[in-house]
Amino acid sequence: MSHPNKKRYDAIIIGGGHNGLTCAAYLARAGRSVLVLERRHVLGGAAVSEELHPGFTFSVCSYVVSLLRPHIIRDLNLAAHGLSILPLDCSFLPLPNGDSLARWGDAERTRREVARFSQRDSECLGEFGLAMTQLCRFAKRIIDEPAPDPTSLDPRQWKQLYRLARQLGGDPTDLRWLHYKLLTMSAVDFLDLWFESDTLKAPMSVSGIIGTFLGVRSPGTAYVLLHHYMGEIDGAFRAWGFSKGGTGGVSMAIARSAEAFGAEIMSSAAVDRVLVHDGRASGVVLQNGDEIAAEAVISSVDPNRTFLKMVGEEHLDADFTRSIQRYKLRGSSGKVNLAVDRLPEFSCRPGAGPHLQGDIAIAPSIDYLERAYDEAKYGAYSKRPYLNVVIPSLVDPSVAPPGKHIISCFVQYAPYDLKEGAADWPNQREAFGDAVVDTLAEYCPGLKESILYRQVLTPWDLEKEFGLTEGNIFQGELSHEQLLFLRPTAGYANYRTPIDRLWSCGSGTHPGGGLMGAPGELAAKTLLQSREL
Amino acid sequence: MPVPTAFHPRTAALCHSLSWKEWSGYHAVCSYDSCHEREYLALRHAAGLIDVSPLFKTELRGPDAARLLSTVTVRNLEDLAVGRVTYLCWCDDDGKVVDDGTVARLDEQRYRLTGNGPHYAWLHRYSAGYDVQIEECTDSTAVLALQGPLSRDILAAAGVAAIEKLRFFRCMSAKLGDLPVEISRTGYTGDLGYEIWTAREHALPLWDRLIEAGAPYRIEPAGLHAMDVTRIEAGFVLCGVDYFPAHHCLIDARKSSPDEIGLGRCVELDREPFVGQRAIRKERERAPQWRFVGLEIDWDDYERLFANYGLPPQVRSGGWRDAVPLYDRRGRQIGQATSGAWSPLLKKNLALATVAAVHASVGERMQIEVTAEYERKTVGATVVKLPFFNPARKRST
Repeated sequence: MSHPNKKRYDAIIIGGGHNGLTCAAYLARAGRSVLVLERRHVLGGAAVSEELHPGFTFSVCSYVVSLLRPHIIRDLNLAAHGLSILPLDCSFLPLPNGDSLARWGDAERTRREVARFSQRDSECLGEFGLAMTQLCRFAKRIIDEPAPDPTSLDPRQWKQLYRLARQLGGDPTDLRWLHYKLLTMSAVDFLDLWFESDTLKAPMSVSGIIGTFLGVRSPGTAYVLLHHYMGEIDGAFRAWGFSKGGTGGVSMAIARSAEAFGAEIMSSAAVDRVLVHDGRASGVVLQNGDEIAAEAVISSVDPNRTFLKMVGEEHLDADFTRSIQRYKLRGSSGKVNLAVDRLPEFSCRPGAGPHLQGDIAIAPSIDYLERAYDEAKYGAYSKRPYLNVVIPSLVDPSVAPPGKHIISCFVQYAPYDLKEGAADWPNQREAFGDAVVDTLAEYCPGLKESILYRQVLTPWDLEKEFGLTEGNIFQGELSHEQLLFLRPTAGYANYRTPIDRLWSCGSGTHPGGGLMGAPGELAAKTLLQSREL
Repeated sequence: MPVPTAFHPRTAALCHSLSWKEWSGYHAVCSYDSCHEREYLALRHAAGLIDVSPLFKTELRGPDAARLLSTVTVRNLEDLAVGRVTYLCWCDDDGKVVDDGTVARLDEQRYRLTGNGPHYAWLHRYSAGYDVQIEECTDSTAVLALQGPLSRDILAAAGVAAIEKLRFFRCMSAKLGDLPVEISRTGYTGDLGYEIWTAREHALPLWDRLIEAGAPYRIEPAGLHAMDVTRIEAGFVLCGVDYFPAHHCLIDARKSSPDEIGLGRCVELDREPFVGQRAIRKERERAPQWRFVGLEIDWDDYERLFANYGLPPQVRSGGWRDAVPLYDRRGRQIGQATSGAWSPLLKKNLALATVAAVHASVGERMQIEVTAEYERKTVGATVVKLPFFNPARKRST
């Protein structure tokens, strides 16, 4: 039943993912009337929990939390709205030769484990951690502010750059050099600065390729490593956790906070297009034909979808259109979610030990990871992919029936563009799922027999179901040419768009993807400062 | 999760207090009784037996071992004779201390380096081009510290030949019955004492024999709490408490040069290049900013402070290591006391401190923060000469 919504809002936010909701909460907190429109029946976007199988609540896409900015948790009072993060203590790496490596929060225990592979590396972990902490302190300044544009002549931008430069200037020289190395090196080369053991470097390097169509030896991946290291829980870097009730718990807490500030949230409300008159956005049209008017429209969906599908080329100039068309999405990962009737048993370390309560990496060597990438480069999913596996039900029993478990497998590589074409993914989906289960089952015999339910998400599914163009989990690769003042494209990094009163606030804006909330927060703050609202 | 040392079956059976702490990834006894006092008194009046196996150890073998150690540490070890031990520290390129420990020359081409932290990787940083094998042997070598005035008699009673000839900071191979051991005339208590090193598999018989031979001499197993009081009386700096290893410091202000932590005497500056040499030389041209000193806290002042609240003076049982600020007469902060203890032997309230160099002369007066009845106050303290406790037997044969 379609009836026009007569109310005129200060702001309409397209997309009820964590960034859209964060933006809504900050605007509502500032007293603006806000409406969030979510296409799906459930809120959260890629940060969503769904009961896909009776009794099993899955973090369907995003599955661990750490980058969520601590000040957003405080500003939006998320703990009071139900946010609860259960920390992960261990990173476990089973190896094909029956050995394994577990890295723990306990530094001495980790040193002892790593020493079995390299005494030297075991003693360098502290120094590496120290260097990363120092790099994070600087990077934190960058992700918590809109990206300054060094090519701009605006004195305000220069002031911000000057402040950053001063902080960098306060660092010792070798640390400043390290910043530049981080921006240019590959994850593996960067780790080579400290470590010699392939067994240690392989699972560490994968943080550099998550969501990126690059290999661990590709230049530029060292930065992505840091991006994942910046995770912070209660002030400690490199801390990851599960959200109680699944990752959707984060989105729901933000949604409740936004509503408490007065925002309205509508699900099953798919936006068809943005209303643009004379280069100015005035509202949206839903797929059911309803028109809703607003002073400003803020899109949290990716730049490709926002501009090419919801705005339309007719409202954009050709150069801008081309730059959005060239914006690199090219999803590289998939997800396999399993409901199982028993805990998987790793033959290299049997039993339900605490090593299963963190993340489990299938990344036995750097060559293994590169070979996985090789297949993807030529348009096939990796037959033996990198997996990042978690069993959240071990830490949060609320997500599965007693004694039963959820296994979440993040899978890389699964290129959006198969050599048979992206549209062939539905034909290859189950074979891809089999490759993932087979890979894991090599380490956990009996896994296949324990599976009660399996969900396979390919980049194609991420696009069709979650609206992530080309299945890119970060709404655009975290590569240097589309980061900072170049995200999503030069001249429009400040959450503004070429359309007046149309703003963006998704992961396709600075500082990028991950369950951070920073783009949503910074977009809201920039919009409020602009006095356009 | 800490792991047990080789002596764990014996120490665990005796540790009635269940008071343990983690020491470099191992379980270590804090005190066997609920209070460390009996163990402390044994260390000063009879002998205490301390499991110090978690001490990090590497062995260096080969023709270039001495040359590598001379390059990495602040001492020239090329003229260290076989059977000698020396105390030293090592620095980073900026001349800031990474760790301190001992080097023992066990044989013509065999050296043992000990430290508070792991140092295998640190040695490897500089070992390219040196003909030397470096072996991490923390876990494979079990170590007991037998410390106290009767420690020599106990070793003699245990059948160690010629123990009375082993001089201060010397080491020798020996047999304890049929157990092959190495004995060094060293320790961390500032007293007559020995450290006994053996292969892991000999740990339990070694313990048993020393306890048996020591029984008539009133030997006591002692924990870290008792040892901590003795090391403060001895004025020994502790890495991670009184200073921090430079390669783990987030900020430069946390780092210290050898001169700033009282280890300047270890530095042999004018010789072949070594790590940190240039920076130490440069610092000496300007004089170091900080000094490591011993403080005696005024007892009358202290008693008066507590009396104001109607309380008797409260001193903590054992050593403390939560740093407190130090002030000059005008209330400006001039440093911090990083650890301290009431000395039952000296009847003095002692602290080890890092203070601005201008305030470091013996006799200098300052104020130290003391909390009495939840209120932060200050009492007077005086810089005194270290060590606080320096018995003649400490250096005796």
